[in-house]
Amino acid sequence: MTALLVAEHDNKSLKDSTNKALTAAKALGGDVHVLVAGAGCKAVADAAAKLDGVKKVLLADAPAYQHALAEPLAALIVSLAGPYDAIVAPATTNGKNVMPRVAALLDVMQVSEVSKVIGPDTFERPIYAGNAVLTVKSKDAKKILTIRTSTFQPTGEGGSAPVEAAAAAADPGISFFVGEELSKSDRPELTSAKIIISGGRAMQSRDNFTKYIEPVADRLGAAVGASRAAVDAGYAPNDWQVGQTGKVVAPELYIAVGISGAIQHLAGMKDSKVIVAINKDEEAPIFQVADFGLVADLYQALPELEAELAKIKR
Amino acid sequence: MKILVPVKRVVDKDIKIRVKADSSGVELANVKMSMNPFDEIAVEEAIRLKEANKATEIIAVSIGPQQAAETIRTALAMGADRGILVKVDGPVEPLAVAKILKAVVDAEKPGLVIMGKQAIDDDCNQTGQMLAALTGWPQGTFASKLVVDGETIQVTREVDGGLQTVKLKGPAIVTTDLRLNEPRYASLPNIMKAKKKPIEEKTPEAYGVDVKPRLEVVKTVEPPGRKSGVKVGSSAELVGKLKDAGVIG
Repeated sequence: MTALLVAEHDNKSLKDSTNKALTAAKALGGDVHVLVAGAGCKAVADAAAKLDGVKKVLLADAPAYQHALAEPLAALIVSLAGPYDAIVAPATTNGKNVMPRVAALLDVMQVSEVSKVIGPDTFERPIYAGNAVLTVKSKDAKKILTIRTSTFQPTGEGGSAPVEAAAAAADPGISFFVGEELSKSDRPELTSAKIIISGGRAMQSRDNFTKYIEPVADRLGAAVGASRAAVDAGYAPNDWQVGQTGKVVAPELYIAVGISGAIQHLAGMKDSKVIVAINKDEEAPIFQVADFGLVADLYQALPELEAELAKIKR
Repeated sequence: MKILVPVKRVVDKDIKIRVKADSSGVELANVKMSMNPFDEIAVEEAIRLKEANKATEIIAVSIGPQQAAETIRTALAMGADRGILVKVDGPVEPLAVAKILKAVVDAEKPGLVIMGKQAIDDDCNQTGQMLAALTGWPQGTFASKLVVDGETIQVTREVDGGLQTVKLKGPAIVTTDLRLNEPRYASLPNIMKAKKKPIEEKTPEAYGVDVKPRLEVVKTVEPPGRKSGVKVGSSAELVGKLKDAGVIG
């Protein structure tokens, strides 16, 4: 049993989601090889080779793989798939983009967002935005999995695997990179943040996010999120949306401010380790899932909270 | 150019689902069903392209039980021109759905397929990419902006950390993310008109597709519940509790 793990990286450094997916790949019970496909990404392959339990690193270094476009990358993975019993990738936007393409080309039914590896062919995965947990057994000869990284611990260093060059596959030539616009925020990304503070409809305006939520976020090094109600009202951009139709997050600490706790929202954050709710309405459903609830007016509570945090952070 | 828009009938996004006591699945009897929200966005985008004279016909296709015809009617009321219902009772996996859609694509020859990035029931996020693989077409997934210029399709994609723009050589598959547009509500006259639009009924067998599942469902359970927490009296007390819990400071 050997698994091929498709590494997530930016051609310069290996992303933590790879380390987490490696933990899942190792749980399949066999050897793990890592594929680093990119352009000028030797340093990433070297980093992958140091991870504990990696037996071999395949480095496919070619311009076609620079931006992880699904069409050439899927062709590459399929060309390498032969000897592997499982092909695994973290469920990042890159993993979600390319893996189903690989699966269909190999006539395999993928298991998406695996949250627990029960055995080499049996997996748990959340459905209905985490409101139910499904256990499935794959009957396909090859397993194709994407890994929900929030539920696996990262594998650390401790290995020294050989790095081998992998030949590039033919680029189908039907897709072309035009550009990218990566957010320049100093704050962490919502899906990988350890702490998230989110605001709801009670924020009343975009300015109030800036004035009340963001200072607390800065103190905590937190990402900023929002409920769908706040997004619909135009108080927050859509890419901040946490919930069933937005992003599903599971940080160490989730602070919900002025969020009532609609099912839609709960579905996106209830796997967080510790949940704090700050809401004026003590009957708000959010308190039913909160570890710590503060019944208070947010316009008073948030500046107080920021001041308290300032005391502990120097 | 024809646009094909696959639509799925799912439990309404505002319904709190219940897991059956015998762990055999999620209770679907007497539960409000609606069009998958991401598919509504796909229908809207197709209609906008038609309104901008970039498309000539919109075909809504649904794979599911007889009631999925209602989902197709919703798309027709929004502005799609005709429907195809591929009747299957019971769950159909994304790979089988993609194979059926491939057959529909072969028959209808659309220039573009626009579909939701994922269904909010099984949360697979696979079908569009699989259809792209089977057709050999390029894919623009998680689209927040779509520009159609003849055979060239430019898609701005929601990726971790920002946006990526790609150019695809059409025909292509596009899957929708939330920011692409805000779907319209169907007006009453359009709902009435939709009743007269044609829906063709098909079967997977007619397309030569085997829908037998590849994944065996062992069980479906509720996620572990959260213990109800405690109320704190002030921000100071809250910070103290968070320090004790080891999540800050």
